[in-house]
Amino acid sequence: MVNREAVNCEQVWREISNYVDGDVDAALRSTMDEHFHTCKKCASVLAGTRNVVQLYGDERMLEVPSGFSRRLEKRLAKKAGGERWSSWSVWLVPVAAIALIVGGLKLTNTFSFRHPVRSILAAPGHGIPPDMQVVVSSGSKVFHVAGCPFIHDKASERTITAKQAMQDGYVPCSRCLRQYLKTSVTGHSGAEVADSVAAEAEEEQEELLSAAGQSAAGH
Amino acid sequence: MVSNITVNNSEQAGGTREHELISSVQRGQSELFYELVRPYERRVYAAALAILRNEHDAEDAAQEAMLKAFKNIQQFRAEARFSTWLIQITVNESLMRRRRERTVPMEAIDDRREQESEYAPRDFADWREIPSEALERKEVRQRLAEALATLDRKYREVFVLRDMEHLNIQETAEALGITAASVKTRLLRARLMLRDLLAAGWEQGWFSRLPFEKGTKPW
Repeated sequence: MVNREAVNCEQVWREISNYVDGDVDAALRSTMDEHFHTCKKCASVLAGTRNVVQLYGDERMLEVPSGFSRRLEKRLAKKAGGERWSSWSVWLVPVAAIALIVGGLKLTNTFSFRHPVRSILAAPGHGIPPDMQVVVSSGSKVFHVAGCPFIHDKASERTITAKQAMQDGYVPCSRCLRQYLKTSVTGHSGAEVADSVAAEAEEEQEELLSAAGQSAAGH
Repeated sequence: MVSNITVNNSEQAGGTREHELISSVQRGQSELFYELVRPYERRVYAAALAILRNEHDAEDAAQEAMLKAFKNIQQFRAEARFSTWLIQITVNESLMRRRRERTVPMEAIDDRREQESEYAPRDFADWREIPSEALERKEVRQRLAEALATLDRKYREVFVLRDMEHLNIQETAEALGITAASVKTRLLRARLMLRDLLAAGWEQGWFSRLPFEKGTKPW
């Protein structure tokens, strides 16, 4: 800490940089001002220090090599071009991927089916007349001819067209509508048909058991 | 008063334009980045040169710093000064290169000297002021640059950032990773040493043929 009442030259030198920057308190500034008036050496140091700060702080002291600006601009332009593509690609790739997926789903939806089918036998083009009246019921996605013993929940059955039933995702009962299915299964391999028929048989078995269970409960 | 208002308005307009440029570049107008950094290219180069002491390395580091600033422009926040942000990137880039290349020997002796004793000015003759008009002359700028280049690294770096780049004490400390107290100590030494070097330059005839040699002595 500098003595505020009187300062010697060493103390002035120690603070002279702060003094030039205006980074000393009022009391110290006043004390140093008095010292500079009486000390020619320190006045010279102060003048030189101020001159150094003034000269080196001048914009003209900041020189760049010849061609610096041109080389910098060229390099930045090259980088900017790459970054522009890069910044585009950051969102362009995911957007393109999403567009492809959405487009693909849309196409699939348009050209193949509106609801997933549960059986190869329920594929479009079956021989079932579209206007044929069939019965559906809640708790099952199988449609039947009226009176079929395999209708799952007779209490909730309702009658709609076969076309509507298939659009709503129902599949034909492989028992009561078998006559329409056997002749229409074309274009599939024997193994596929065999698998599908086996699956349908299992489903029928389940439905039959379920119907039997309901019947028993009703009694 | 009128001129002050004019200057303030001019600075405000410049600042507004800078903010507009920053926002535009952040929104993707990469081609405006050079316009944004062009006013600072000399300061960026000077900062790199102060640390690397080699024109070729300094130019490369300055350009790389600009590219990094471009790449990270989204991270810049409006509450900061763009020039300070840019200089700090430059200092980091330059320090990293110097560490990597290990071209500058350790300066343990200087560290010890800083702790052991304070720097005392040598030349107490009446200071012969070098007016800023002298900076129009290339040989004067060259002499000043040579004097600066003779300073030890730690004094030169602080002096350049503080007195040539006009960073404040805290910004200089943060840029170099040292304390504010160290910045003040080193800055004092750097200023006093440069004053002695320029005073010696007068004696060696550095400025002997300058038109201002004869004439005013402000002290």
